[in-house]
Amino acid sequence: MNVTRRQFLKVTAAGLGSSSLAMLGFSPQPALAEIRNFKLARTTETRNTCPYCSVSCGVLIYSLGDKSKNARAEIIHIEGDPDNPVNRGTLCPKGAGLLDMIHSASRLKHPEVREAGSSEWKRITWDDAFTRIAKHLKADRDAHFIKTNADGATVNRWNTTGFLASSAASNEAGYLTHKVLRGLGVVTLDTQARI
Amino acid sequence: MTNHWVDIKNADLVLVMGGNAAEAHPCGFKWVVEAKASRKAKLVVVDPRFTRSAAVSDFYAPIRAGSDIAFLGGVIHYLLANDKIHHDYVKAFTNAAFLINEGFQFEDGLFSGYDAAKRKYDTATWQYQLDGQGFVKIDETLQSPNCVFQIMKRHYARYTPEVVSQVAGTPRADFLKICEMIAETAAPDRTMTICYALGWTQHTVGSQNIRTMAMIQLLLGNMGMAGGGVNALRGHANVQGITDQCLYSEVLPGYLSAPADADKTRAEYLAKRTPKPLRPNQMNFPQNFPKWHTSLMKAWYGNAATAENGFCYDWLPKKDAAYDVLALFERMHQGKMNGFVCQGFNPLASVSHKAKVSAGLAKLKYLVVIDPLATETAEFWKDYGEFNPADPAAIQTEVFRLPSTCFAEQDGSFTNSGRVIQWHWKAADGPGEAMSDVDIVAGLFARLRALYAKDGGAFPDPVLGLAWPYRIPQRPHPEEIAMEINGKALADVTDPKDPTKVLAKAGEQLAGFAQLRDDGSTASGNWIYCGMWSQAGNLTARRDPADLTGLGQTLNWGFAWPANRRILYNRASCDLAGKPWDPSRAVIKWDGAKWGGNDIPDMRPDAKPEEGVMPFIMNPEGVARLFAPERMVDGPLPEHYEPFETPLDGNPMHPNNPQAVSNPAARVYPGDLESFAKAKDFPYVATTYRLVEHFHFWTKHSLLNAITQPQQFVEIGEELAREKGIANGDRVRVRSTRGQLTAVAVVTKRLRALEVDGRKIHTVGMPIHWGFRGATHPGYITNTLTPFVGDANSQTPEFKAFLVNIEKA
Repeated sequence: MNVTRRQFLKVTAAGLGSSSLAMLGFSPQPALAEIRNFKLARTTETRNTCPYCSVSCGVLIYSLGDKSKNARAEIIHIEGDPDNPVNRGTLCPKGAGLLDMIHSASRLKHPEVREAGSSEWKRITWDDAFTRIAKHLKADRDAHFIKTNADGATVNRWNTTGFLASSAASNEAGYLTHKVLRGLGVVTLDTQARI
Repeated sequence: MTNHWVDIKNADLVLVMGGNAAEAHPCGFKWVVEAKASRKAKLVVVDPRFTRSAAVSDFYAPIRAGSDIAFLGGVIHYLLANDKIHHDYVKAFTNAAFLINEGFQFEDGLFSGYDAAKRKYDTATWQYQLDGQGFVKIDETLQSPNCVFQIMKRHYARYTPEVVSQVAGTPRADFLKICEMIAETAAPDRTMTICYALGWTQHTVGSQNIRTMAMIQLLLGNMGMAGGGVNALRGHANVQGITDQCLYSEVLPGYLSAPADADKTRAEYLAKRTPKPLRPNQMNFPQNFPKWHTSLMKAWYGNAATAENGFCYDWLPKKDAAYDVLALFERMHQGKMNGFVCQGFNPLASVSHKAKVSAGLAKLKYLVVIDPLATETAEFWKDYGEFNPADPAAIQTEVFRLPSTCFAEQDGSFTNSGRVIQWHWKAADGPGEAMSDVDIVAGLFARLRALYAKDGGAFPDPVLGLAWPYRIPQRPHPEEIAMEINGKALADVTDPKDPTKVLAKAGEQLAGFAQLRDDGSTASGNWIYCGMWSQAGNLTARRDPADLTGLGQTLNWGFAWPANRRILYNRASCDLAGKPWDPSRAVIKWDGAKWGGNDIPDMRPDAKPEEGVMPFIMNPEGVARLFAPERMVDGPLPEHYEPFETPLDGNPMHPNNPQAVSNPAARVYPGDLESFAKAKDFPYVATTYRLVEHFHFWTKHSLLNAITQPQQFVEIGEELAREKGIANGDRVRVRSTRGQLTAVAVVTKRLRALEVDGRKIHTVGMPIHWGFRGATHPGYITNTLTPFVGDANSQTPEFKAFLVNIEKA
């Protein structure tokens, strides 16, 4: 008999009259195993990829909550994905600390601005952030966009605002970023991948 | 990687040089251990330090940082002088027999065509000799003095074991032992793999370091073979993918060379990038360039892109200059930039010469930092005492810090170093109000587009006309974007051989890049990724670990670009008749009717061996280039040049030519050249590197990693420590011409003094992982010390070899 802790509680509650643990199929060993079952039974397993080096190890992320609409998932454990043909369940000392990176005290939680000359951050809304940044971008683009070069050839470029892209972003984020930047005429564009 | 992680297990010899996989890529390095255990493979490590990779090697040899071409050039000399090459392979699959322009010369450290004032080569004399039909002339006997084989032999005749030892400091006997081990893999059924990383790229001769190794692999017949190849062990989990999406100035997604001022019309642009075959019967695959480019324009500009308007060619910005990261910070430092956006990138820590980067940021009007973590870059203006002295009141840059989600909090795909694209799934929401990079970019673009729609502005057409077919415009779903990257048919795509046969109906996802067209009937955001999301669905989400090949190919796990091919150039794993060089590790073979086997053939499936279609299909000549007539700005053959900060008085290979001390074609900005140190003031070679417990400047924010490596240190050898009176655990000050830092000294046997060009050279080892933010003890940014100069071809900064002085603090 293999019961989880929750089943165990149900069974014991229903069977107050029963006297013997043995009747429940119990012995000390399965009792220890139940603690682990209990934890896993409450988690949701999600397949993901370690973001550090380019071995790109498969990981299994365990979170509390079943991903239903109003349940906020909380990541409580990460381990190597045993099915992944490259890492086969292992993680290195970098990847072994992934949980602490996700929950790092350094995580940013809301948009902020440091005004010119100020010595502190000020919390702002996403709406404020997008509006202010979009105004900066547009003002710079409108003032410095180059339609034609000295020879009169059409060049349609903007080279006074630069962009550095992340190697930790997904292909989809990278592609969309590239599409938007060229669409704006940006040529001052580079990536971490160069260094 | 031309091959992939698991394939390392198929090697007979593993060379780790220019990297330290045991520390930087431990879970990939397991396949080296597997090769040793199962195949009795040998591991050779060449490195300035006795690294953790060296600790499990069969043979280790030291080398001076920045002298890899001297060492590898010596290997080429050894292979040619001792006739240890794979003759049939070299003759058939490389340009060894090709004739080069008679005007080609190499004299006193410079190739013909050098313009010292511009620091540039005119490559006219590096070109092939062509016959009347435009095909390269060849000499099958390999005896002509103008054929590549003879030119190469003459060039490397100077790289004797004595010269290698003089320049690289590697003891002669150690060097020869390694040459012997490498030479054994010239046998058709023996392969060597090379695992390198930033230890080769972060030099002013970085690209040529790698080219020298590629030449060795070609001479040995190791390209295209299981357990062979040239394998770059790259950085982040999606550094390969971001490179493929080409987020850099000079290329568009899929490595399509971006238009420049000289490309005035679409026709001119395409003509320059669509080569003609240089030998008869070759695939000359880049002849498809117009299909790739037109499909990209349809993905970006949708219905606005028509044949009549050149598929919006004019909307693409034209490039007039270099805009790589060093060029960007140079422009910023000169006050030519107003705004800057850093997405998941911490340049204050990652780019050379921190003081210059910081001064540049202070000249901006606005800076936007998008990151999951509080980075140093976002707080360049804040005073962190000795680690980042600053006066916020004097810095007028407006700085925005936007919280982004991390890998665990979003769907999407990453491409590993072996080109395998793997989908990942969101496990939880990000903290607080954090948003994904996709949503942040889309949100900003939505605002901008609305402003242009309302108020107009400079050239609004591409801003308003950019195709944006996402169901929720402010929040495109990663699945929608992945489908766009793959591409779809906009009209029925038919078989060119039988127009009645429809390959893809209008609206369907394309099965592969062979279905792309140049008439606007297909859209694809990145041709090399075409096939990742076909009508069969998201192939990057496949998770079948079964390996029916025995080689570790796992063809149904994820999707590898291109075309799910796991080993590039795999046609070269067979002889001219299509028979595997090593039947026990057959990758593909010709079965009498078609190519097939344990991989997707890198060859037209019905190309009969007797047609002579050669394996290097991306070159118009069909063969690999031992001699590179184009694409390398600093020479068609690699040559040893000193780092820009050399511990020697000159280049020992060219002692009498001051122009040939360091890479003559590397770009150096005024002011930086003067700042390079001389050995008399800064006598020690410094080199930066990574530790197993940390990843760049990222894991210092993770408590567990911070606990395991909490404090900044530098490593020095026992002999140098004795000379300077430094004991293990002392605090030391390390200075370069650009700044200084203090750290704990670790005195170790792992770093030893080398005899180079008649003098003793000491090395200071500098792990990079600390900064003024994070869970570790605060530390100095190591790039305070590094020089602002990059590789002549890639502009990757020279972090691996520069000069410092060191004393007890």
